[in-house]
Amino acid sequence: MSSELLFGLYVFVLAGFVGYQVISKVPHLLHTPLMSATNAISGISLVGSLVAAGSEHNTVSTTLGVIAVTCATINVVGGFLITDRMLRMFRKRGPATGNAPKELKEGG
Amino acid sequence: MSPSILHVSYLAASVLFILALRGLSSPQSARRGILLAEIGMLIAIVGTLLHKDIINYTWIAVAMAIGSVIGAAMSVWIPMTKMPERIALSHAFGGLAAALVGVAEYHTAMHAGRAQEIGALKMGALGFEVMFGALTFTGSLMAFGKLQGFITGAPVTYPLQNKSNIGLFFGCLGMAVYMIFFPTQGDVFYAMLGIGFALGVLLVLPIGGADMPVVISLLNSYAGLAAAATGFALQNNILIISGALDGASGFLLSIMMSKAMNRSFANVLFGAFGTGEAAPGTAAALPAGGASYNEGTVEEAAEVLRAAQSVIVIPGYGMAVSQAQHAVRDLMNLMLRNNASVKYAIHPVAGRMPGHMNVLLAEANVPYDQLFDLDAINDDFAQTDVVLVVGANDVVNPAAKTNPKSPIFGMPVFNVEQAKTAIVLKRSMNTGFAGIENDLFVSPNTMMVLGDAKKTLTNLTSHLKE
Repeated sequence: MSSELLFGLYVFVLAGFVGYQVISKVPHLLHTPLMSATNAISGISLVGSLVAAGSEHNTVSTTLGVIAVTCATINVVGGFLITDRMLRMFRKRGPATGNAPKELKEGG
Repeated sequence: MSPSILHVSYLAASVLFILALRGLSSPQSARRGILLAEIGMLIAIVGTLLHKDIINYTWIAVAMAIGSVIGAAMSVWIPMTKMPERIALSHAFGGLAAALVGVAEYHTAMHAGRAQEIGALKMGALGFEVMFGALTFTGSLMAFGKLQGFITGAPVTYPLQNKSNIGLFFGCLGMAVYMIFFPTQGDVFYAMLGIGFALGVLLVLPIGGADMPVVISLLNSYAGLAAAATGFALQNNILIISGALDGASGFLLSIMMSKAMNRSFANVLFGAFGTGEAAPGTAAALPAGGASYNEGTVEEAAEVLRAAQSVIVIPGYGMAVSQAQHAVRDLMNLMLRNNASVKYAIHPVAGRMPGHMNVLLAEANVPYDQLFDLDAINDDFAQTDVVLVVGANDVVNPAAKTNPKSPIFGMPVFNVEQAKTAIVLKRSMNTGFAGIENDLFVSPNTMMVLGDAKKTLTNLTSHLKE
């Protein structure tokens, strides 16, 4: 087995283990924000797309890279914004009556 | 920027990501955690933009601008009831991005006539990346279509479905392995990409709407694996780490969701719930369809609530469909003002994704200390006057405890039958596509109030105010 593969596997297994430990402590209450947060974080594949889009090897690769950058950016920007929007809504004691902040009224 | 500084920026970002996930262990620390992840992301992106291979920034700027606008618009305007759809779409974007980067890498090597020089490690990683990316993309689009109702929410089955799907899966995997030994076989590579796209569609087709929480979690995990494979292909540790975190999170959630339905992973994926294979045997064992249930009017239900000292609300997917979370909150605030105790019982698989109900109730400004998990609340039903079921079905079905023939037998459910009275808000007496009858609905202690949940709740509130 090549040393690069071994090193990569080390990183993968240890990170997966840390992830499992940390994530098993997230309460049911926050599972939706957890999902959108990990989604935003895995938008880090943006860094791979950036190199593909910007290195000018050939038109096809650049085009695919540009589409990939767009997709990954949607996940990063959208993921963080919506996670924060959700987390802002969780509060321990809401007001007794329904005077929710403006944003929360939508759809209601 | 020198490579070592780039690596330091990736290391910092990795640590910040893990701290962010740790912050999610409590609602108080969660927002600060997300801020850390945002800082980490910024560091990693700036570090990458200074990469020596990037020579043209024009298209990058355009793509990032378009992505930011779409991403921001989606997050600001999407209603909370549509969160499962949004999550499904973002998995699709993640999968597509991974697949495209993989194809771009391979094409670049082929184009330059250097495919032979792709190492075994890189080729294997590219194969996995493209396969998982492609199947995550189309699988998530299918999940999105099922949630939106573009595609029937009922399982779609045909003969030899599981065998052919498993065959295709391993065929695809075999092609990825073949590519390691024969990296110049471009046709095989693109055929693998095509089968990956087809697999996503075929794998989600037989899965019913009620199983969406597991499927969405699983696709989350696949998106993570695709990102990690990208990391192996590009030898980029932050991609491996983030992919592993995402993969672990999705995997853990899928296990939790399967457990909450007392079903194995394999059963969810290949079981095609309620397709007629399991249903006929059970239907005979249950009371004849719509036998004798107590239908109550809004006035009668209001009287029951007026006399109640304690209420437990059990929300389900029906609450999301009729956008009734604000109406629930209004009614319960009125109950609180009448000095009744109010609790919400949240089943792990209520709704169409993990935590779906919690987010909707949070949106309606219900404080989270009124929300209780299954284990925390199940002993309280015996001391409760009224249970208000809003669009939930399987999670309140006593057959899960009493009828070994039921397809949901063994699934942990709420002890609703122990409460004095249950008021069930339901659109109609149809059993729904799962085809499972619910004994709770025909129990003498249950009052069925049929109609749109939001409308019923609003009427209940105005009756109680009189």
